[in-house]
Amino acid sequence: MLKIGSFEFNSRLLLGTGKYPDFDTQKKAVEVSDTDILTFTVRRMNIFEPSQPNFLEKLDLEKYTLLPNTAGAKTAEEAVRFAKLAKASGLCDMVKVEVIGCQKTLLPDPIETLKATEELLKEGFIVLPYTSDDVLLARRLEELGAHAVMPGASPIGSGQGIINPLNLSFIIEQANVPVIVDAGIGSPADAAIAMELGADGVLLNTAVSAAEDPVKMAEAMKLAIEAGRLGFEAGRIPKKRYATASSPAEGLSIG
Amino acid sequence: MRLRINGDTVEVPDTVATVSELVEYFELNNRVVMVELNENILDKQTHPEAKVADGDKLEIVQFVGGG
Repeated sequence: MLKIGSFEFNSRLLLGTGKYPDFDTQKKAVEVSDTDILTFTVRRMNIFEPSQPNFLEKLDLEKYTLLPNTAGAKTAEEAVRFAKLAKASGLCDMVKVEVIGCQKTLLPDPIETLKATEELLKEGFIVLPYTSDDVLLARRLEELGAHAVMPGASPIGSGQGIINPLNLSFIIEQANVPVIVDAGIGSPADAAIAMELGADGVLLNTAVSAAEDPVKMAEAMKLAIEAGRLGFEAGRIPKKRYATASSPAEGLSIG
Repeated sequence: MRLRINGDTVEVPDTVATVSELVEYFELNNRVVMVELNENILDKQTHPEAKVADGDKLEIVQFVGGG
């Protein structure tokens, strides 16, 4: 069970909703992923095209918790505005703080992320900041009262997987709130490793939505996250330099 | 009256008096829309009481796919 603030979730996969080839594929991918949490973002509406389709309206909102992000914000002030706009829908109390400091790498601005997190916590939001994989920054966010921390595995949409497992494991070991590995996951193996490191969950989008078969990849991610979690709970063997026989040495001289 | 909506100047009949009526006028009443009026973000339940007047600046936004 993944607990974030007052919420409890069965699934440890948080799924993004961007860049799917079509709504039908997306709907199937969401279903097979078994996710409980879907991320969205806030954008201006084209008021002159009222019939434009919207994926949110195709969902059974009873089944999912919405996690709007503040993507597009470059300052804390903008992030707070996006979060408040999302909350004004009456459909969500959680927010993923995302304040991008560099358009080429899409890496988060740590100072503005801290400021936005502080402000939104004051406003009563359940706040999940997307952060770089910096141990001290994760700790500072937790000290402010963030309900989870979401360190990136590698740059958003890059599919490079976990480029610094050591930093991630430091964050996981010292955190007292859920750690959700967010961004950069490319394959089921990446997601499984994040979970084996002890992450409480994984947030991914492009790895599923841009896969050749998004529905199959959604299922693969679900299974990988479950497998990784089980492996973490089971406790892996330590790595050793030399071999240790699995079969006994006794009774080798047969007949 | 003239409103500034999502950065565009839009002519709207004077019979439109509230945010709810404005949302209905654009046939968005069955959609999930969030409204900011003159830089004040409005909770959905306040739309029926929120008055709109000539020269007001609005943002009408929605949820779209994102990660």
